[in-house]
Amino acid sequence: MSAVMQDARLAKFARRKRVNQIALVLSLAAMSFGLFWLAWILVETIRLGIGGLSIATLTQMTPAPNEAGGIANALYGSFLMVLLATFVGTPVGIMAGIYLAEYNTKGMLASVTRFVNDILLSAPSIVIGLFVYTVVVSQFKSYSGWAGVLALALIVIPVVIRTTENMLQLVPPGLREAAYALGAPKWKVITSITLRAARAGVTTGVLLAVARIAGETAPLLFTALNNQFWTSDLSQPMASLPVTIFKFALSPYENWQQLAWAGVFLITMAVLGLNILARVLTRAKN
Amino acid sequence: MTNPPPGNAVRRSPLVDRLFGWAAQGAAWLTLGLLAGILVSLVIGAWPAISKYGLGFLTSSVWDPVKGEYGGLVMIYGTLATSVIALLIAVPVSFGIALFLTELSPAWLKRPLGTAIELLAAVPSIVYGMWGLLVFGPILATYVQQPLQSLLGGVPYLGALVSGPPVGIGILSAGIILAIMIIPFIASVMRDVFEVTPVLLKESAYGLGSTTWEVVSKVVLPYTKAGVIGGIMLGLGRALGETMAVTFVIGNFNQLDSLSLFQAANSITSALANEFAEAGEGLHQAALIYLGLVLFFITFVVLSLSKLLLAQLRKSEGVKT
Repeated sequence: MSAVMQDARLAKFARRKRVNQIALVLSLAAMSFGLFWLAWILVETIRLGIGGLSIATLTQMTPAPNEAGGIANALYGSFLMVLLATFVGTPVGIMAGIYLAEYNTKGMLASVTRFVNDILLSAPSIVIGLFVYTVVVSQFKSYSGWAGVLALALIVIPVVIRTTENMLQLVPPGLREAAYALGAPKWKVITSITLRAARAGVTTGVLLAVARIAGETAPLLFTALNNQFWTSDLSQPMASLPVTIFKFALSPYENWQQLAWAGVFLITMAVLGLNILARVLTRAKN
Repeated sequence: MTNPPPGNAVRRSPLVDRLFGWAAQGAAWLTLGLLAGILVSLVIGAWPAISKYGLGFLTSSVWDPVKGEYGGLVMIYGTLATSVIALLIAVPVSFGIALFLTELSPAWLKRPLGTAIELLAAVPSIVYGMWGLLVFGPILATYVQQPLQSLLGGVPYLGALVSGPPVGIGILSAGIILAIMIIPFIASVMRDVFEVTPVLLKESAYGLGSTTWEVVSKVVLPYTKAGVIGGIMLGLGRALGETMAVTFVIGNFNQLDSLSLFQAANSITSALANEFAEAGEGLHQAALIYLGLVLFFITFVVLSLSKLLLAQLRKSEGVKT
């Protein structure tokens, strides 16, 4: 009798062990599954992107189908709009982050703002494009670089708010109290003590925001639209790298697709580079 | 003491202080205003379509810009179907990744592997789109669709699921690519909530002789249930609103006749991306904005749920029972 029970117990133990092994192997498989896609996408991007890359790609304008050319105007448009959007969005994001971390940490307005901000952080970016279209483009009856800048800035704000608040909360209260004890007014404490102590973290947030908007296509589709020529005039439609890639990739023309791959290569490297830089910055701080 | 220096710093600072405080508060209000502004502007923009179709818009599958008849069912179906497929793939995989990162991985590998998975989220969606259309799609068609078609070709119902030209675009490829894109979001939330499980609970279970799998499935998972569902909701919110990757591979074809996973279809985001800039002012544009409003509403609900569930877990954290 007891031998039978012993057998049953051993069999159960063996089964539990087997289930455990299967689960762990599946978990390993899931991990490899995730890494597999990353590797595949990167390899293909590099393989197909390097081929289209040349001096002409970086210096010439977007060509007509089957003509030689480059993506210089799209690169410039992207650079300009991302730069301006960062300058517009970052101060607003940092100030709101300061409000949440330093002024009103538990109040009603703070909780609601936090909630809304988390929703905006993950809200579909194409809806931001629709919003800017109805507010700006349809009022002025023209697509413009400024509308694109505004759409991108609205995406920067939630990212910066989130990281600024988190980073300011990590600053030890003792630092603030020491500054207050020396008679510093609140704005001085915030700008020269807490914000400075959280500098690396806040910079990380801005870098992540830049990385995010550099690859955004959807909010630019019907705000900045596109432009075949070089322009610095932000009241005109403006080319951007993602929108140009979108147009060229779906075209049947060989040279357009080649340029699109070169663009994809540049954008991927820039965005991943920014992300890795942001990570290195926070790690150096820790 | 009798004559303090003019422009004394102590006397000037309250004004600067107040201005700074107002600026900070203003920025917070601006964020709230942004959400309100989005809602109001979309409702106003969509008003011609809302007043003409009402909620019937959601159940009508006619989308005919030439005749001026609009219904959103095809796009709404496409958005929901691709997101459901994405979740079916992404949830188990993300769970496996989180399990690996919290319980299995050697300490020195945790950081690089975690970063690698998070980089999947950093890759711009246009890159996923172009890769999906030109690299992944053809491979899916050759190695998955064609074998399935020859296997299930004569079988009723199942055969219909895999019919269609073998070009690798449609609901399934959009769903798979969305899955890859949301895995990092779900996995990182799951990893974070798994890590807040008190070590004491886990060690007790191990002490009773549990295997790793039993600890995770019977201790960690029940403890973090709300957070895990919150993470899944976050992923769903992302999948619903993703634009470029879906626009590339879904095929942008308004039809509901074939429920095949390999047939070109349409989603809310891809309809907006493709038609909006060309749509003239008027009903066509209003109908598209209406679609955008529906999308915003769905993601708003899903993301709010996610936020509430994650907050619930945070509240119970540190509470002694």
